Amino acid sequence: MQLEIRGLTKRFGTFTANDHIDLTIEPGEIHCLLGENGAGKSTLMNMLYGLLDPDEGQVLLDGKPAKFATPGDAIEAGIGMVHQHFMLVPVFTVAENIMLGREQTRGLGVLNRASAAALVRELSDKYKLAVDPASLVQDLPVGVQQRVEILKALANNAEVLILDEPTAVLTPQEIDELMSIMDSLRNNGTSIVFITHKLREVKAIGDKITVIRRGKVVGTTEPTASEPDLAEMMVGRGVKLVVDKDEPEVGDVALDVKNLTVIGTRGTTVVRNVSFDVRAGEILGIAGVQGNGQTELVKALLGLVRPASGQIQLEGRTISRHGPRQVLEEGIGYIPEDRSHDGFVSSFSVRENLVLDLYKHDEFSRGLALNQQAMTTNAQQRIEEFDIRTQSMNSSVSALSGGNQQKVVVARELSRRLKVLIASQPTRGVDVGSIEFIHQRIVAERDKGTAVVIVSTELDEIFALSDRIAVMYDGRIVDIVSPDILRDEIGLLMAGGDAKGAAAPEERSGSGATAAGTAGFDEETAKNA
Amino acid sequence: MSTVTSLRTPDATDTVRDPAEMQRRVKLTVTLLLVSAIIFYFWWTIDDEQVFYLLSGERTRDTVPGEISTHPVTLTCGIVVLVAAVAAALGLMRHGATTLISMLVVGLAFLLCFVVWAYSDLDVAFKPWITNPLPGTFAVATPLVLGALAGCLCERAGVINVAIEGQFLAGAFFASVVASLTYSAGAGLLGGIIAGIGISAMLALFSIRYLVNQVVLGVVLVVFAQGLTNFLLDQIPNDATIKAYLNEPPKLQDIAIPGLSDIPLIGEAMFDQTILVYLMYAAVVFVTFVMFETRWGLRVRAVGEHPKAADTVGIKVRRIRWQAVLLAGVFAGLGGAYYTVGSTGSFDKNASSGNGFIALAAVIMGRWHPLWATFAALFFGLMSSLRNQLSLVDKIPSELLTMTPYLATVVAVAGFVGRVRPPAADGEPYVKS
Ligand SMILES: Nc1ncnc2c1ncn2[C@@H]1O[C@H](COP(=O)(O)OP(=O)(O)OP(=O)(O)O)[C@@H](O)[C@H]1O
Ligand SMILES: [Mg+2]
Repeated sequence: MQLEIRGLTKRFGTFTANDHIDLTIEPGEIHCLLGENGAGKSTLMNMLYGLLDPDEGQVLLDGKPAKFATPGDAIEAGIGMVHQHFMLVPVFTVAENIMLGREQTRGLGVLNRASAAALVRELSDKYKLAVDPASLVQDLPVGVQQRVEILKALANNAEVLILDEPTAVLTPQEIDELMSIMDSLRNNGTSIVFITHKLREVKAIGDKITVIRRGKVVGTTEPTASEPDLAEMMVGRGVKLVVDKDEPEVGDVALDVKNLTVIGTRGTTVVRNVSFDVRAGEILGIAGVQGNGQTELVKALLGLVRPASGQIQLEGRTISRHGPRQVLEEGIGYIPEDRSHDGFVSSFSVRENLVLDLYKHDEFSRGLALNQQAMTTNAQQRIEEFDIRTQSMNSSVSALSGGNQQKVVVARELSRRLKVLIASQPTRGVDVGSIEFIHQRIVAERDKGTAVVIVSTELDEIFALSDRIAVMYDGRIVDIVSPDILRDEIGLLMAGGDAKGAAAPEERSGSGATAAGTAGFDEETAKNA
Repeated sequence: MSTVTSLRTPDATDTVRDPAEMQRRVKLTVTLLLVSAIIFYFWWTIDDEQVFYLLSGERTRDTVPGEISTHPVTLTCGIVVLVAAVAAALGLMRHGATTLISMLVVGLAFLLCFVVWAYSDLDVAFKPWITNPLPGTFAVATPLVLGALAGCLCERAGVINVAIEGQFLAGAFFASVVASLTYSAGAGLLGGIIAGIGISAMLALFSIRYLVNQVVLGVVLVVFAQGLTNFLLDQIPNDATIKAYLNEPPKLQDIAIPGLSDIPLIGEAMFDQTILVYLMYAAVVFVTFVMFETRWGLRVRAVGEHPKAADTVGIKVRRIRWQAVLLAGVFAGLGGAYYTVGSTGSFDKNASSGNGFIALAAVIMGRWHPLWATFAALFFGLMSSLRNQLSLVDKIPSELLTMTPYLATVVAVAGFVGRVRPPAADGEPYVKS
């Protein structure tokens, strides 16, 4: 189906998020949308899908004008969408989420759960995206939730598929899998709109590229364009894709973790006897496939869960029994992996969110009251410094684009004196320009003498930042290596193998391929998480 | 490759204890020890060896009551609870059916000892006998259960319903009027249903369409229903012949189900009741089934949890909410009818005397689940039935007794039900930009 957008415009108050956008997507074409955070990509797609009402302009399907007042209309017209902010009901199972809206019934409206689960299993096998139909979505790590969101859209056999940043939380293997799904859909004539911040993906799969900046189309190009060129087109200036950093000047041990064991909510051991230390002025990267205990490890470090055994020491003092407030007061900064859940209060304004864990400091309080003046000055500075694209400091964080929400969290955490910074997926969903900036800030933080722990499933990020790399698998740290290790070797470690090539026996039983091994495994730990 | 450190260590995790589990264990043990201490206190203080009971039928000159020997009974109960405490301390009480049953046994043991204690050592000439509290329980609980079902339906769809009391009042009044006019108690039920739907429609209109704050709206609707029914009641002239047509309804008759009503202890309580009580059983099954096993129920829960997600798969959020709230009106209206055609007959001012709010409490204690809410309502019913009985005994101040079910609720919810989480979008109107 051919989809044509003509002069689509969306205003939020006085702010124009989309300004007369024209776009044509041919049948069987993968059309990539590139643009900075807040450029208006999601807004445009939400209008296409009937979630937002356009102020001007129209949409044509195969040349005929179409009007989508609700998502129901869009679905009927053959449009499917993977939403950047997952549209999943947390307390429902995977199967219930996938069947919602087009439920399998036994007649008289009685649900047929067995056939729904069978369909999920079939889809999951067909597209090689491992999910367990019976697990509750709220128990799943974001990576698995993303798979569910993708399967939900694929289940509808849409003729036009919108993928709004589907790869932000997927593992490299899953991304390859998704690419091949997209490829086969394209061959069947499905039109795909693909939004991503990862230029490598655009070059690998895209047919055509449209770049949007500040709500306007600034140009189209071919996937043959080089990455730096694409980056420049998006951001409007030259971007360094890898930050410069000097050798670390390592100080004393700042954070020392000894034999830490954490039990997950389901009563299974999710972090097993983990020990490592981080010194002042160095960056320790924790690599690993999502769901191998990183989330719980970080939660334990933050005092969000009490470890079952083991010790956490900050500059020699034990903090294992501290709650989150005490941990933060000790000078630990935290960038959470699930920003919308742990990073901000979405109905609060940007200005308030920027002091969410600082409001008690003398700087921002006057007795029992808040120092509004100081908060305002602070917000002005941070918005300027971190280039947070917001209508004003008083708009609520929920109205920000995904990448800008991330910047609010990063700005807040980096704006106080830290001894240790713990950052989980610090650049998830952030555009190349901002990645450069956030990476620079993290390295600068290191050079100030802060010990930094980066948890990332993104190998590029791990390699770009780390001075040492710890690899987690099945709740353990299997090895701590230096960043000059080969990508393939670390890939093997992440799959539970040995860097020298001999994978652990239980992981070798399958095809032996890392991709299959990790995907299946991820699913299992996900259930335990 | 350069390995800095290799930290593979043997698995030492099997002996590790989960802190949260330990905490729960301690809490459970302490509570059970307290309960057993109270029971032992009863055992210690009761002097009277004998207490009489009569579990069915009327008390006449010739009936021979059963007899409880207080000391063995209280002692056994105390030991049972003590054993449960030890089991809890040893970590044998994990989540699951056995724990649930043990807790039920402990609760019953405590209640039994409490009642025995209350009836013993009485310094009166004509000693009261313990009677079966269950018939009273089911009667009192019927409107509570129906109201709680209405609450579950609304709140699962994301509309807070504080107006159950208002629905009760309107239902009670119109049931009485319609039954009086038609001289049919059954038609009265229909009148109650229509009145319940009427209040529901107002709730839906103002909350879904006009986005009024739902808690405030609910309170306003209660006051409105009070005012309206009081006003209309005052309009009925104090003339016996006219009154007979407007507010002297026939009452629903008890229907004994052959066989089932002869079951000892519970037969009379459960199966020798009015049609309203049987409708209540059916309603519990119906709501539970519809909510969890049908397409419509899945959608109701979806719009109550994450309306935007429901919208993105093509579900009409507002329509589903309207349907759920209107259906809730049916049950709440039926519940209201209990207070006239189901029990006393004619309508008095504030006939439901705040029970709508207790139904609301049952919704919350039952964690927004129709079955659990039903059990909570039955529990409240049992407590109020016991209170009625014990207030005759005069050993414990009845004000204190009135308080206990709510105290028990707070303790139960805070301690053991765990974190109570309402539907995520409860009370939040859905608006699109
Ligand atoms: N509901 C809303 N109310 C007000 N402003 C909004 C709303 N939704 C989005 N915006 C604004 O519109 C702009 C575009 O947001 P959009 O989510 O489309 O960006 P995006 O290109 O998808 O960015 P990202 O890559 O970070 O996801 C942002 O500046 C955002 O603040
Ligand atoms: Mg977006």
